Amino acid sequence: MNRREILRRTAAAGLLAAPATGLLTGCALGGGGDEESGGETYVGTKSEQNPLGVKEDAPLEVVIFNGGFGEEYAKSHEAMYTERYPKAQIKHSATQEINKTLQPRFVDGTPPDVVNNSGAGQIDFNGLVSQNALADLGELLDAPSLDIPGKTVRQTLLPGAVDVGSYDGRFLVLNYTYTVYGIWYSTKLFADRGWAYPKTWDDHIALCREIKAAGIAPWTYAGKHPRYMSWPVIATAVKFGGPDVAKAIDNLEPNAWKSEAMKAAADAWYQIVKDGYILSGSPGLDHVQSQTAWCQGKAAFISCGSWLESEQKNVTPPGFNMSVAPTPSLGSGDKLPFEALRGTAGEPFMVPAKAKNRAGGLDYFRTMLSMKGAQDFTRRVSSLTVVAGSTQGVELPFGLSSVVKALDASGANGFNWVYNNYYRKLERELVDAACGEFFSGRSTPADFLEACQKGADQIAADSSIKKYKRA
Amino acid sequence: MKHGKYPLIITFLVPPLLLYGLFVLWPYLQAFPIAGTDWLGYSSDINFVGLDNFATLVRDGYLWNAVKNNAILLVLLPVLTIVLGLFFATMLNTGGRRGRAGVVGVRGSSVYRLVYFFPQVLSVVIIALLWKEVYHPNNGLLNATLRGIGLPAPTWLGDPRTAFWAVLAVMVWSSVGFYVVLFGAAMQAIPRDIYEAVMLDGASRWTTLRKVTIPLLWDTVQVAWIYLAIAALDGFILIQQMTDGGPNHSSDVIGLRMYNTAFGSETKFGYASAIGVVMFFLTLSVAVLALRAARRERIEYS
Repeated sequence: MNRREILRRTAAAGLLAAPATGLLTGCALGGGGDEESGGETYVGTKSEQNPLGVKEDAPLEVVIFNGGFGEEYAKSHEAMYTERYPKAQIKHSATQEINKTLQPRFVDGTPPDVVNNSGAGQIDFNGLVSQNALADLGELLDAPSLDIPGKTVRQTLLPGAVDVGSYDGRFLVLNYTYTVYGIWYSTKLFADRGWAYPKTWDDHIALCREIKAAGIAPWTYAGKHPRYMSWPVIATAVKFGGPDVAKAIDNLEPNAWKSEAMKAAADAWYQIVKDGYILSGSPGLDHVQSQTAWCQGKAAFISCGSWLESEQKNVTPPGFNMSVAPTPSLGSGDKLPFEALRGTAGEPFMVPAKAKNRAGGLDYFRTMLSMKGAQDFTRRVSSLTVVAGSTQGVELPFGLSSVVKALDASGANGFNWVYNNYYRKLERELVDAACGEFFSGRSTPADFLEACQKGADQIAADSSIKKYKRA
Repeated sequence: MKHGKYPLIITFLVPPLLLYGLFVLWPYLQAFPIAGTDWLGYSSDINFVGLDNFATLVRDGYLWNAVKNNAILLVLLPVLTIVLGLFFATMLNTGGRRGRAGVVGVRGSSVYRLVYFFPQVLSVVIIALLWKEVYHPNNGLLNATLRGIGLPAPTWLGDPRTAFWAVLAVMVWSSVGFYVVLFGAAMQAIPRDIYEAVMLDGASRWTTLRKVTIPLLWDTVQVAWIYLAIAALDGFILIQQMTDGGPNHSSDVIGLRMYNTAFGSETKFGYASAIGVVMFFLTLSVAVLALRAARRERIEYS
């Protein structure tokens, strides 16, 4: 074999090993189509003390997404669980790659009992729900709360918490945190300069002009994840036209993205693009870079959810005092008041349908949703939970207390949309790309809405994607 | 030795072949049947749909956009990398001509050799992070330099006109070092007296490179070409880390499309496998074509 031959063979071998991403399907189709593989094997007897029928010595496997919240809070919940079931062995693990780690186990029929399906490696819920891979959590809602006397779990939750995790009326996903989406600013910066947060669109534009004149960029955003800017646009439209605007989008109704309200909102937001009120270079920043620029005082406003404060903990200067506020009202004709904002349950947890210890998984959720479990979570990670009133007696950081205040003011006017849960691709890929073009000034409001609508129509026409209807 | 031959071959060859078969060939083979199904990846509920996935694929505009980008990479990545690699390797090995030393590299060539290899030591993810900061539109090294000399400072990764090219530049940057070493090693194997003869004839460096070095390195260039073509059809990790295919799909590649279809925004494993199968055949054909096109008679030294 001469050198050429060797080279040639190495080339051939390299070729087979070539596309590193190639055919990632791994262990593939699993147990030969055996539908009965896996499933619940640990069943205990139900009693007043044990309403979900947990088998007390059954092991429980918990997989946590190791992201902004870390995993310590979960270990603490697990300790609360074993306090009640001392004979139960808990197998805890934490990963950032939920999808890649767990996909083969779902196929095998041996998934863990509790999964925190979150982060960039989140498994698309549409796929999980349409494949009946998730256990119904309805039983949990009707079980009595662990430590709030006289109430069922359902009665202890904030409004909207059950809706978000429901697919065609079945409660399948427990979204544990309560997240508020709004516009953030530094109270210190505004106080120093004598600025007040604008309640109307005209005031907002006037203030932007003033901020720009002061040598600061009024806005910045995550150019690499421009969907962050879709939130204030849709929120503005919902406040202008009422909650049905969002419902039409969620239900993929024809021309939902081109409604009058969406047009008004897109036209309004186009002004910050046109007038140059966005920090130059923002289209090239990712979320961390843009949030950092904002924390350094290079921009006054940023759109984000209430995880912002803990995400920015390491770079926020002392005394920065970030506050959240609702989007400005378009005008007096708005259907919802200025205070209305988008609050929704987030950070999804699920029990796979084939979990061996399904009852244990449900009861683990009951532990998380106890007053003690919720308060412990808020204390550890500075984030709200879906358990109503669980912030009482917990000292909150500045930003989070502004979230609580904004949420109180919003009250029954709060709204939400869920298309991002139903159709992950629509928000993550299609609306995202449209926002990128719009907020970098490369497209017009009409182009922007057209692109979003095209994305929604594409999802609606795709028969392989299961459709859900929001009531 | 005759008796010991087969046990030896078996001991050394069978375990790696088994591993290779199990972890490389077997998953590849499985992708073919999966590509014919509507499998959504998280249950054993599978329906055979024939060639439906391939029919969808033909009409998928996002995929064609990705194919176009891979095609551009396929042309530019090998050309740029090989040209730069050959240039640097020549300078390091035969570029210096001072004094009576004959054929040597430029001054400090051992230092350069080390420096060129640096990117090869870094993991791709680290390279991506590093360059994301270099391309930072406001605080990045690149724009600071451009502003310093009074040039306009683009947003690089945030602009569909520049994002793809910015990533291509990183791909070239990170692969050149390896080919400098590869070509350098091959150049060492060229007998010195050939160069000395060329020098006596008074050939310039350029003529030496064109008429002597490249023909004698042809085998190596050919291998480099195939490796780079394969890399160009992939490009997944860098793109995913640096732009995630954006802005507005302007830097999308087939590998990223496939990843997002299965693991990202959807769980369509059947369709993703169909994309994988197409990618497999594309890569295969490109490699075969490259081998054919570059075929030449081999030059023997002795």
